[in-house]
Amino acid sequence: MEPLTWGEIIVRIFIQFTPVWIALVITFALSISFKRKLGLYGKLFDSPIGMVGFALVAFWIFTAFFTGAFDLISTHDPLAQVSGMKNKVPGTPLRGAEEGDYSHYLMGGDTLARDVFSRMVKGSTIVILIAPLATLFAFMVGITLGLPAGYYGGRFDTVLSFLANLVLAFPVILLFYLLVTPEITQTGLPNYMAAVLFFFPIIFCTILLNSRLYTQPAKRNLYVALIVGFIVLVYLTVVSNAGTKIDFLPSWLDFYDPAAGLLVVFVSVVFVNSPTVFRIVRGLALDIKTRDYVAAAQTRGEGPWYIMLWEILPNARGPLIVDFCLRIGYTTILLGTLGFFGLGLPPESPDWGSTINEGRKLLSVYLHPVLPPALSLLSLVLGLNLLADGLREESLRD
Amino acid sequence: MGLFILRRLAVMLFTALCLTFVVFFLTNLYPNLEKLAKTQGNFRMSEAEVSSWLGNRGYSDNIFSKYGQWLGVVPGYVIEGTDGETRARCARQGVAIDDAPRFCGVLQGDWGFSTVFKDGNGSIIATRLALTGKLMFWVLMVMVPGALIIGVLAGMREGSRTDRSLSTASIITTATPEYVSGVIFIAIFASSAVGLKWFKGTATSAMSDANFENFFLPVITIALYGIGYIARMTRASMTEVMTAQYIRTARLKGVSFANIVMKHALRNALIAPFTVIMLQIPWLLNGVVIVETLFNYKGFGWVLVQAAGNNDVELLLGVSVVSVFVVLLTQLISDIGYVFLNPRIRIS
Repeated sequence: MEPLTWGEIIVRIFIQFTPVWIALVITFALSISFKRKLGLYGKLFDSPIGMVGFALVAFWIFTAFFTGAFDLISTHDPLAQVSGMKNKVPGTPLRGAEEGDYSHYLMGGDTLARDVFSRMVKGSTIVILIAPLATLFAFMVGITLGLPAGYYGGRFDTVLSFLANLVLAFPVILLFYLLVTPEITQTGLPNYMAAVLFFFPIIFCTILLNSRLYTQPAKRNLYVALIVGFIVLVYLTVVSNAGTKIDFLPSWLDFYDPAAGLLVVFVSVVFVNSPTVFRIVRGLALDIKTRDYVAAAQTRGEGPWYIMLWEILPNARGPLIVDFCLRIGYTTILLGTLGFFGLGLPPESPDWGSTINEGRKLLSVYLHPVLPPALSLLSLVLGLNLLADGLREESLRD
Repeated sequence: MGLFILRRLAVMLFTALCLTFVVFFLTNLYPNLEKLAKTQGNFRMSEAEVSSWLGNRGYSDNIFSKYGQWLGVVPGYVIEGTDGETRARCARQGVAIDDAPRFCGVLQGDWGFSTVFKDGNGSIIATRLALTGKLMFWVLMVMVPGALIIGVLAGMREGSRTDRSLSTASIITTATPEYVSGVIFIAIFASSAVGLKWFKGTATSAMSDANFENFFLPVITIALYGIGYIARMTRASMTEVMTAQYIRTARLKGVSFANIVMKHALRNALIAPFTVIMLQIPWLLNGVVIVETLFNYKGFGWVLVQAAGNNDVELLLGVSVVSVFVVLLTQLISDIGYVFLNPRIRIS
């Protein structure tokens, strides 16, 4: 079989992404036609920058979704090594292709003769799953601690701010090297940190519901029991892992163990991000607590947690949403950094950072294994930054 | 002012103590020490042999006493080992035990001995830091003027075409981490297969003899990530200043636009970016580690990776202390500088 020309490669890649294009077109058509009814999200479609950003982000979300859930888009197994395909240029026909195999390596093969295109596509799943979730956890921690620190002030604030500055004074890479090594993992330290950090969403949800519904005890008890019960169960199964220091659940109940390295990476990324979120939330709370509606709520006799979570937090949402977008981008960069130094995730993992790390050793000779993940990471982070910029512009407008 | 600086210094010292203790604690966790014992002794040591090896060398003391010894405020250990040999912390470099000083820690200038480089940590860190200093100097020389020019150009006429294109460019650079831009630059400018072959893909030769060909890529890779961020901050503060009342007064007086920008606006617009530039330095430290690894420039960041990757406990500690101090010092300078630059705070 003939190798593909560059034109053919581009057309074929375009065809491979068909489900993503369809989903993108539908999303955009629906969003633009109903944009006046969609609030801040709809307003995004008034700014060209916001739309470009949203398109880039949505492209990767759909890619991750279709390849993660339905195994579409990718052409080969990202871990399968095919003899004779080592470092082959883009468009090389697959040697010994059988019936049902995709006939070419669209973006060539890497040093271990795996398909670069499939690895790039599969890598998006890892990033799209971990980065927003880790950012969300960092926000839960930052909000739960930052609101009272800003609202009450005093010694509580001093101690927490000092601790936050302490973490922030660490160079990030040093912190990763100290936390994400096999020896430290052996001591169970990341598991203990997970147990502490993952506890904050439980606190957050409980207080959130309780402060809103405490006047209707029956309803409150039901909601808190249902939601918190569910989260606690998830918490216990995630925190308790067979074969580590924290292993208390019986195996029939412990239905989910995060993959090796995943928990450590997740925890360290949350740990690095939460002090910054804490500082932002604290600053916002300091500013907003002087407003009249807070004074009105205090006069009404609302409890402090109600004021923090239902008066201050909704009014701080603008800057927080913008920062959330930016921070997902930053978290993506951090995940790439971890991969780049070969920390945490197993070396054969197709995530972009690890792939860049693997390809850079032969970078001056073979470019094609490195450039696709590098450009993917760039486009996702760029999309998030543009999205944040568009959101900021639109939320400032009214 | 004096009191302010003193208080900041006290907080900084306390922070440094806390941070070094955390690093000390993490690097001295038992699995790390066990690995150290096995790499230094031999790999087939039994549990008991490992613990006696560690005990003989003072590693089994409690963490606070070890930290005190490392710091130099607690006398170094003198232990008569289970193998009959007497070892003392301060008698490591061929000094007789009786002649050894009582204290030997960081405060006395003793940074310990590296197991990877077989050299004193103090001299390793000094030479590597000098190399990284050279890199950082050029990065700052490129980054600061570049970012300020871009920011001022974009911010002096808000919403103009220059503003939009420069702002988009700075968003792109902030979205490009060093390991991505470095890879792209090597692909374009240094690849031996395709590309322009203008520069070299490694900076190893730049350690002794830095020139444009082998040093430009690492410098621009680190600088680029910071440029976008600082330029955006400069732009924001410039646009704010340009809408201020006194600028309008100047315009109404008939001062030329160039004069307004250079003489009236610039000085006030540069207060905020100063803080941002100083706070960017800790992040440059990250960039340095990535770029030194990517371009194989054996500076401070490269040593950090080597020390951490090879479980060189004492070297890693030394490296951490230095980087933590760099971060804290820049924070201190940015705080003091902010007060100093801002007349509203300085005079009150």
